[in-house]
Amino acid sequence: MNLTLRIWRQRTADASGGSGSMVTYEVTGISPDMSFLEMLDHLNEELILRGEEPVAFDHDCREGICGACGMVINGQAHGPERTTTCQLHMRHFDDGDVVDVEPWRAGAFPVVKDLVVDRSAFDRIIGAGGYVSVPTGSAPDAHATPVPKPVADLAFEHAECIGCGACVAACPNGSAMLFTSAKVVHLNVLPQGAPERESRVLGMVGAMDAEGFGGCTNTGECAVACPKGIPLSAIGRMNREYLRAATRPR
Amino acid sequence: MALATTRRAPASSFIGSVWRSTVGKKAVMAVTGLIMLAYLVAHMLGNLKVFFGAGEFNHYGQWIRTIGEPFLHHEWFLWIARVGLTVSVGLHGVAAYQLSRRDLAARPAKYVRKRARASYATRTMRWGGVILGLFIVWHILDLTTLTVNPNAQEGHPYENLVASFGRWYVDVFYIAAMLALGLHIRHGFWSAAQTLGANSPRRDRAFKIVANALAALLTCGFIAIPIGVMTGVVS
Repeated sequence: MNLTLRIWRQRTADASGGSGSMVTYEVTGISPDMSFLEMLDHLNEELILRGEEPVAFDHDCREGICGACGMVINGQAHGPERTTTCQLHMRHFDDGDVVDVEPWRAGAFPVVKDLVVDRSAFDRIIGAGGYVSVPTGSAPDAHATPVPKPVADLAFEHAECIGCGACVAACPNGSAMLFTSAKVVHLNVLPQGAPERESRVLGMVGAMDAEGFGGCTNTGECAVACPKGIPLSAIGRMNREYLRAATRPR
Repeated sequence: MALATTRRAPASSFIGSVWRSTVGKKAVMAVTGLIMLAYLVAHMLGNLKVFFGAGEFNHYGQWIRTIGEPFLHHEWFLWIARVGLTVSVGLHGVAAYQLSRRDLAARPAKYVRKRARASYATRTMRWGGVILGLFIVWHILDLTTLTVNPNAQEGHPYENLVASFGRWYVDVFYIAAMLALGLHIRHGFWSAAQTLGANSPRRDRAFKIVANALAALLTCGFIAIPIGVMTGVVS
């Protein structure tokens, strides 16, 4: 199959995005079994042969579990299927389609080059409380800390977040609430996370605000775009955790 | 590097830290929104007495001034409610303005390929709120201070109301504002539940039903009055 791609090309980092533009490429000989990233590899091989600069994009595991890849395809984060860009296959497009490919757009995610954005703002949110402090030494007995099955399931549902940033890219406000809430809920519902329950949510929300992400208007675009199916209710749970922590006497 | 083992005392007060955080500011919007919503339900139910004639409606208007007597002095309840509502409108508006500025700044470079996003009620929250703010100013000038009322008889709210709704453009503006109110509540009530952490997957549907019911009830209840005047049921 053949496609017309319009890809955001930007040579250098520039917060305003003014130095880049959409460039049109005709890509031929695409197999429907290629992933979207393999299709871009296919384009890049051709660009290299022509002596042009290949399109830069982030990728790593290519099996939908690492969260490295991500681009906005036809206005949708990770494209038309509910999966990561690496697991999106070309059979979901039709021969002759015009496909727009853009980087995540958020002030807190500055474009580094082409489709690559700097997502280290997420790392700083994690650094503000997205961990549990454990005593070092030998591994504890598996049954030392009982975790009820429903709680374990709830924690796991939120632990599935791979930090790809699709929620920020899809949110009309560029808000990181779904990411932050997934991490807060994952740890706050578990007994292992209990000692830092309050400082975690206050610290992570503070870091999220400091990075310049927008606020939540309960639009719900994030949960629709999330390739891991983090539910919108995560945000409600984090709000409850935040208000509980903020109103506790200190 | 070792992790800090002691926690620093919070640098700011409780109110300051909540107001500065996006989550806290949304909570302020949710609480003030619910206060205004509770007032609107009472306001709408009271206003429907207009369909029982001038005597009952004007008596109701007088009774509002005597609520809480003799514990409260004449009209004190009214003024406490007015101050409470003014503070609520002010905080709601300021928080919405500050959060909107922040939200718009969070995406300096827009997407080239646009996509229709979210429901109509969700997308119109900001401009709907501005319309409602302007409506409140006009509504107070018309029926509270009587500054722009064609009848402007103090102590005769029924006659003032009928005179005001006798003008077609007032009816149009009023009905448009009430439709905006319905849309605002449709998203706002559910959103407040989510913001205050009262929502959960099991309650989500119930909150959406209550939000839609409140929106429909308030919009229909308020719109009934200008329609009553226009059709001559209230005269």
